[in-house]
Amino acid sequence: MTESLLPAPAPEQNPETEGFWRATAEGRLLLPRCDNCGVAIWYPRQLCPDCGSTSVAWTEASGLGSIYSFSVVHRSAGSYQSVVPYVVAYVELPEGPRVLTNIVGCDPDRVYIGQAVRLVFSDTGHLSALYRFEPVEEE
Amino acid sequence: MTARGLVSIAGAYEHPRRVIPDRSVPQIHAEVALGAIADAGLSLSDVDAYFCDSTAGFGPVSMVEYLGLHPRYIDSTETGGSSYLVHVAHAAAAIEAGRCDIALVTMAGLARTRGEAPIAKPTGSPESAFETLWGMLPVTAYALAAQRHMFEFGTTSAQLAEVKVAASLHAQHNPLAFLPQPVTVEEVLASPVISSPLHRLDCCVITDGGGAVVVVRPEVARDLDRRTVTILGRAEAVKHTNNGRINLTSTGAATTGPLAFEEAGVQPEDVDYASIYDSFTITVIETIEDLGFCEKGTGGRFVLDGALVAPHGRLPFNTDGGGLCNNHPSNRGGMTKIIEAVRQLRGEAHAAVQVPDCEIALAHGTGGSIGTRMGSATLILGREDA
Repeated sequence: MTESLLPAPAPEQNPETEGFWRATAEGRLLLPRCDNCGVAIWYPRQLCPDCGSTSVAWTEASGLGSIYSFSVVHRSAGSYQSVVPYVVAYVELPEGPRVLTNIVGCDPDRVYIGQAVRLVFSDTGHLSALYRFEPVEEE
Repeated sequence: MTARGLVSIAGAYEHPRRVIPDRSVPQIHAEVALGAIADAGLSLSDVDAYFCDSTAGFGPVSMVEYLGLHPRYIDSTETGGSSYLVHVAHAAAAIEAGRCDIALVTMAGLARTRGEAPIAKPTGSPESAFETLWGMLPVTAYALAAQRHMFEFGTTSAQLAEVKVAASLHAQHNPLAFLPQPVTVEEVLASPVISSPLHRLDCCVITDGGGAVVVVRPEVARDLDRRTVTILGRAEAVKHTNNGRINLTSTGAATTGPLAFEEAGVQPEDVDYASIYDSFTITVIETIEDLGFCEKGTGGRFVLDGALVAPHGRLPFNTDGGGLCNNHPSNRGGMTKIIEAVRQLRGEAHAAVQVPDCEIALAHGTGGSIGTRMGSATLILGREDA
């Protein structure tokens, strides 16, 4: 169940973020990491908001995470109007950042805070993909 | 009297209509401008400073021309729905600095007629691409905060509903309110879930409309017949995601509240009436905690037993019915928060909800979203003779 049925709109890109989005098309979630203080930076940018350094390098995220908060959307709009109910969540990555995303591949009513999730991608069809997460199957 | 002298709000006016398909946005700005100026007992030609948000045209330039003003001080600080509290604070600072004497702040919009803002769209802001593609509605961002608040503190949907109930009990006395019918906790919980855990009745109304206030220096206030309201304390802040470390259970009020109280020289327990930004019920719960009316995490319990209900609750709030029931013009609730606080301090709220001997009022605005980033502002206001 790695295929999401949710829309996958293409992101607006700019010179600061095109490396990030290019990697998503290759199935990789990159986090900028500060060369000076070592912190993972989110949202992606070429400045460390913790220490002010502009020396930033891309590092690949582990692809794991846990749900920090979530909401099941029952009334929506635009391209999402016809796909309710769906789950919007903040997923906390082990690298630090809490990332806004969707939880897919599961019954929305069984999502919970603290749930372990792993990365999946939805191709936008425009040389980029949306990072989403699905529950890690409990053995 | 504070050492800096007391700048006052001398005029306030809320547009009486909630659906205005027959007006342009500048027309509504003009109507509320004239209403507030007349309320102060001044004329448009007295205005020497003008404040508006970024939606009024080309910053303040468009409306200055439309209104025929010749200000020597202008400001269009944009913090979403809290902008107008920031404008009042900046007007007070400009008056204290000798830059102007009589400042006009206007806001207007046609959110209902134009059907605006159902879903987040890319805006060109640096965060936009990382937040607007996943189907997050404005209500969803607040729902994320509510879900986390429930998880950390045991807050319940029934407790959130109490906020709507209190607002609706006030709105029944406001003949202009968009939703004038009282509702029960059961009715809130039975309304459709829009974005869990928030129901339709956890949400504010979407209305056209606007409002304006006039801010003046003490020497001007002294010569006016109308009762004025003194600005005792003010503070503004941006609370953001802090490099991916977003905390969904607190707001910018945690910064602005203590600063504004310190400047005013009063404590939360001194506040007789509070206008609390109420885009959603969870906004009120988190804000009253952050402002110090109760401990963090206890907002849900605080609002039980009619604590927010005027005139005799522990913290009478939003006695016009608030954004939840009365008016949330242009999806921006800050101006109406100031106006109802002014009414309370003038003793001009509806008799059924007028707080007796109201001397100290607080108005708080939250622009943007508590689920991502926000511009927050707090004003502490005093009765003229207090």
